[in-house]
Amino acid sequence: MREIKKVFNSGVTAVDGISFEIAEGEVFGLLGPNGAGKTTTINILATLLKQTSGHASVNGFDCLKEPQRVRENIGIVFQDPSSDDLLTGRENLDLHGLMYGISKAERKKGIASLLELVELADRADERVRFYSGGMRRRLELARGLLHKPKVLFLDEPTLGLDPQSRERVWQYIEGMVKDKELSILLTTHYMEEAERLCNRIAIVDSGKIIVEGSPKELIKGIGGDMVKLKIKDPDMAALEAKDYILSVEKTDSYLILTAHDAKTKLQEILELAGRVESVEMRSPTLNDVFLYYTGREIREGPAEGGFGKRMMTRAKRR
Amino acid sequence: MSVVLGLYAMWLREVKVYMRERSRVVSSIFLPLMWLIVFGKGLGSTISIENISYDVFIYPGIIGMATLFGSLFFGVYIIWDKKVDFLKEVLVSPLSRTTIFLGKVLGGITDVLIQVTILLMLGPLLGVPMTLTKMALAYIVVITLAVAIVSIGLIIGSVMESPEGFGLIVTFVAYPLFFLSGALFPIENIPRWLEPFIYIDPLTYGVDALRQIILGQGRFPLSISYSILLGLAALMVYIGTIAFDRMKAY
Repeated sequence: MREIKKVFNSGVTAVDGISFEIAEGEVFGLLGPNGAGKTTTINILATLLKQTSGHASVNGFDCLKEPQRVRENIGIVFQDPSSDDLLTGRENLDLHGLMYGISKAERKKGIASLLELVELADRADERVRFYSGGMRRRLELARGLLHKPKVLFLDEPTLGLDPQSRERVWQYIEGMVKDKELSILLTTHYMEEAERLCNRIAIVDSGKIIVEGSPKELIKGIGGDMVKLKIKDPDMAALEAKDYILSVEKTDSYLILTAHDAKTKLQEILELAGRVESVEMRSPTLNDVFLYYTGREIREGPAEGGFGKRMMTRAKRR
Repeated sequence: MSVVLGLYAMWLREVKVYMRERSRVVSSIFLPLMWLIVFGKGLGSTISIENISYDVFIYPGIIGMATLFGSLFFGVYIIWDKKVDFLKEVLVSPLSRTTIFLGKVLGGITDVLIQVTILLMLGPLLGVPMTLTKMALAYIVVITLAVAIVSIGLIIGSVMESPEGFGLIVTFVAYPLFFLSGALFPIENIPRWLEPFIYIDPLTYGVDALRQIILGQGRFPLSISYSILLGLAALMVYIGTIAFDRMKAY
């Protein structure tokens, strides 16, 4: 997709000139805080929204001109549950197969093997209403793969899941990439998820891509270790004057430094900074990358829409 | 081929969901029965119209009513689909919006036919003279009427956001249509100023056609009232496909 822009009627610019390309077999991650424009980007590529300007295509098909062809080539797992909870898991999958015009024999075979893959075979004939959040997400993962899409969109695939479920979903995603000729576009605001699953990530904030590269490249790009100081009145000027100190970020009560070879320079840094209450030093992670480029931390707050809230809405249904 | 499978998928889901919601099944059957038995027999004990007892007179009207309410309120399920995001799953599938719309219409008609079948079976028990030919013709009228009104319900549903709002609007639409249709009284003797309203009410023609078929009496020739229903159904399906084309996933 190139130079995609989306301005909502309300005047909010959700996506402001995002461009990227995903190669076959690649897992590409859009990483950013809530409201950064990740879901809007996916919805444009999935033909659910029309962009205000720019060009979007999937597998060579233009999202505006040939939406039907695009839809045939994509699978999607939405952020919020989108299966029918009055139907069983198997019925949901079968319905999906029918909608994609898959023959009866192939549906049966495909559904059986996918249920096996996501370990739902023994619960397949129970109504989705009685599934846990994690089971439901796994069912919808299986559903997204049933029609053998070329590109799979995963919108926050592990949002609201407990650590065990998250681990399992990660394993399935890793397995899917290995076995199939499939490209994945994944959005997340979990750094560890992006680090583990993605070949390449783009950090998005306020509708723009800030930086793009493989997780390793991005971490290396910072070029030093992270030193986090709890300090009241830092001597910013003295710190910034040193050439081995690459960046200085000040948050509410912390000072975060990126420094070459911080291990041997720690003593000097502490002396320069002033009265330090505590100190923490480590090799950089994606979270630091994010902080480095945006100047703020991704917080794990409730997501847009909120999985829990949606479940409440469902409970009230009918 | 895939269009047929798609239609089947949409229809199958509606039918399965309908069957699994017992409250929906029970209430949709109970309401017309209550009208027919309590209202019909109650008033019928003192009133007869053109030598037909009142409960037999309103029998075609009650079938029309069941069709109207069942069809119109079916539109609420498109709003529930929006609410629970199932609609997004359908909209990203390769099915065309027209297929999705027609599949929903088929599902709605099936719901209605289940109710109407129960009412038709009860006819002979209530002393209504029924034959197989009458039943077959009644089904044709009911299906045509249901196509038109399910479409109206879905059109309203496609532009609404909340089930509560839908309920309010549809109640506003449904009751005038019902009371003006002559389902409960003959339209021959009503005041002049009310007449135009009765003539623009599509249910008038549905009820009149059903009464013509079942009791052999009605105000309009069957060919005229059925043509009006058929025209209305075609128009509403056309508008419905446009409405679904414009419907947003959000």
